[in-house]
Amino acid sequence: MTATPIATAKPRLLASGAQQKLLAFASLIVLLLFFSLASPNFLQTANILAILQATSVNGVLAIAATLVIITGGIDLSVGTLMTFTAVIAGVVLTFWGLAMPVGILAAIAAGAACGFISGSLIARMKIPPFIATLGMMLILKGLSLVISGTKPIYFNDTPSFPQLSTGSLIGALVPALPVPNGVMILFILALIISWVLNRTTLGRYCFALGSNEEAVRLSGVNADGWKVAIYALAGGICGIAGLLIASRLNSAQPALGQGYELDAIAAVVIGGTSLAGGRGSILGTIIGALIMSVLLNGLRILSVAQEWQTVVTGVIIIAAVYADMLRRRRAG
Amino acid sequence: MTEVIRMSGIEKRFPGVHALRGAQFDLMAGEVHALMGENGAGKSTLMKILSGIYAPDGGTLHVNGAEVRIAGPRAAQGLGIGIIHQELALMPDLTVAQNIFIGREPRSRWGVLDEAQINRDAEAIFAAMKVPVDPRAEVRSLTIAKQQMVEIAKALSFRSRILIMDEPTAALNDAETEELFAIIRRLKSEGVAIVYISHKMDEIRRISDRVTVMRDGAYVGTVAASDTPIETIITMMVGRELDQTAAEIPDLSAAPVALEVSGLSRGRMVRDVSFTLRRGEILGFAGLMGAGRTEVARVIFGADPRDGGKIIVHGKERQIRTPQDAVAAGIGYLSEDRKHFGLALGIDVRGNIALTSLERFSDRFLRVDDAALAKIAANYIGSLAIRTPSDRQEVRLLSGGNQQKVVIAKWLLRDCDILIFDEPTRGIDVGAKAEIYRLLQSPAEAGKAIIVISSELPEVLRLSHRIAVMCEGRLTGILPGGPATSQQEIMRLATQRDTAPQGASA
Ligand SMILES: Nc1ncnc2c1ncn2[C@@H]1O[C@H](COP(=O)(O)OP(=O)(O)OP(=O)(O)O)[C@@H](O)[C@H]1O
Ligand SMILES: [Mg+2]
Repeated sequence: MTATPIATAKPRLLASGAQQKLLAFASLIVLLLFFSLASPNFLQTANILAILQATSVNGVLAIAATLVIITGGIDLSVGTLMTFTAVIAGVVLTFWGLAMPVGILAAIAAGAACGFISGSLIARMKIPPFIATLGMMLILKGLSLVISGTKPIYFNDTPSFPQLSTGSLIGALVPALPVPNGVMILFILALIISWVLNRTTLGRYCFALGSNEEAVRLSGVNADGWKVAIYALAGGICGIAGLLIASRLNSAQPALGQGYELDAIAAVVIGGTSLAGGRGSILGTIIGALIMSVLLNGLRILSVAQEWQTVVTGVIIIAAVYADMLRRRRAG
Repeated sequence: MTEVIRMSGIEKRFPGVHALRGAQFDLMAGEVHALMGENGAGKSTLMKILSGIYAPDGGTLHVNGAEVRIAGPRAAQGLGIGIIHQELALMPDLTVAQNIFIGREPRSRWGVLDEAQINRDAEAIFAAMKVPVDPRAEVRSLTIAKQQMVEIAKALSFRSRILIMDEPTAALNDAETEELFAIIRRLKSEGVAIVYISHKMDEIRRISDRVTVMRDGAYVGTVAASDTPIETIITMMVGRELDQTAAEIPDLSAAPVALEVSGLSRGRMVRDVSFTLRRGEILGFAGLMGAGRTEVARVIFGADPRDGGKIIVHGKERQIRTPQDAVAAGIGYLSEDRKHFGLALGIDVRGNIALTSLERFSDRFLRVDDAALAKIAANYIGSLAIRTPSDRQEVRLLSGGNQQKVVIAKWLLRDCDILIFDEPTRGIDVGAKAEIYRLLQSPAEAGKAIIVISSELPEVLRLSHRIAVMCEGRLTGILPGGPATSQQEIMRLATQRDTAPQGASA
């Protein structure tokens, strides 16, 4: 059989998603150049490691947020869910004195369970994601305080717990590369979820749901079931973030958490994922999270007041999204 | 021949609507069975029941002789029933191949997708269909016609033995329709049974074996397509005879010019287009799909920026940069893609009709005069025969053709001096078509200037006073309307490609 020639799409230098990542990446480079010229302290190894360490928690939360946002939803509970899972780890390790792997599993499982609940509220009970996760955000915030008795839970009985985030496996093997475990966990997780998004059914349905949920349903796909699964996965990832922050602080701080969800969403948006759903990438999100921490770190080194750092972050978010809009309009 | 489907006594109620009243339908292997009826007659609903999307409230359903209950789209696919929906159900951010195989991705045990495999499979399907579509292209980047081909490929990929096509040619041009018919004939020879829904009467004759007609959700009758006159089928559909005569063409040479466009261009789609439109005139725009007719309309309406050219309205040059400018200049545009540009689907019928004219119905304090709105809405619902339980029904719940009528009502109410209608009768039944022709003619008689873009030549010929023909972004000629012009003449201009040697480098 002779194959009919297939007309190929107009050749473009880069797919539009790649262009956006390039834009974000270029901004990151510009920021790095600017700060290293502005201050000699910026490009020190210790400072770079501090930036990466500061990115790890927000980066992991942003990965969770990316999954949900690609489906066209939003998750406002990632911050307090992170805290909740940290408290759960505290309960298991400190109150009950169980072994560390049990604590780790408990935190991740608690996150996934909460994500499952949010997902069910959204997919089965048709509560809008904004409302469902707003409710979850408050519920989890309250529960964290109740369970912990409003006091921080310290991990003094589990001496190796802080190593989870601040230790460096790589540094032990290659002393020249003292990258903290927390950073390694972020990058490995990013690789895995990126692979999941692009290579697996779950990832395919993330994009499909965000693109046209009705069409997914008409295709005979269990759209609701997959949506629940995606929120549960995002919840489990928040559990990892909870472990990272608890390990870094060597304590579960029950009052922490609110506000983290907005930083995570900001990183996702700066990274070019559309809040309308259907498009986005983990690489973009990681770059977005890095942009935010580089910015905060750099401004601090230049002794810009904290209040102004917040103002600048706000401006950057708006500028990033506007740049993306401009690019898209030009692309037609 | 063996009977593959028998539906009888099917009932379906939606809130406020009794959509199916004892509907019946049967289908043989290897036949093309046309399902016809006015907008809102219940055709799509009946087929959605057959494909597992709606559960019937009553009646029985036999597939291959056995009584079945179809629990969902998956179950229908399992029974070999595939459907191409009236409103395209695609995911624009995914590639063509990803769309075709959604829900059935070949994968390993861990859910790992085999992208190369689906691209190969999709390529094979398109090769068999003999249509060039790149499986790796994002669906967003395709024309509506190509997207339609993707839907067909998707249904074919199920190896369906029963294929339902709900108005598959609504957005296809003649050549593409031919391709589709070739595909249908091949499937038919392989024993596939096909349900074919369309409002295009000429197609029914050419492609179908039997015709079942529905009216108001009830079964009217089934006839053989070959020896039943079209008029009989129309009478079965609308329950009365229709006036099919063309309107007279008035002499407008003395009428003032309402719109003059000169040297309009935008990229490759609109190249140096100039024409005039007089008050009281209906100017038809004919051409193949992709000839640039919609693009011309969008540029005039300010929806797309222009590279060059002048737009003169009532003798004054106007700087039209946005649709708002256009509306201020008295230009209205009814878009061809009602779902994306023409309707607020979640809003009720009344709200949509009033959308462009809200200021007229509100006072100084922005209070909306709902009583007046309700009266106007009731007027249009009556005159356009919009089938809706009330003017508070959300537009997304109306049948496809009735949604189109709401868009038309909206622009008629807006009362612009110059109205551009892009494919105004797409998906509209014969009875309502005649009604819409009449509705387009009356504002023209009242001195408004009207542009009608249509891919149906008989429609252009019947409606237009003059016919502008486009090909590849250029205006290749303007012909008189009515019996003075033949379809062949239009086609000649519509295929007059730019072959001047100077332009060879382009
Ligand atoms: N989900 C729904 N909710 C409420 N009413 C509905 C729904 N779906 C269809 N209807 C109504 O049921 C009736 C039949 O609609 P259907 O879409 O089957 O018509 P149709 O024959 O396909 O018309 P068209 O030719 O315009 O596509 C219409 O009055 C429509 O408004
Ligand atoms: Mg229909």
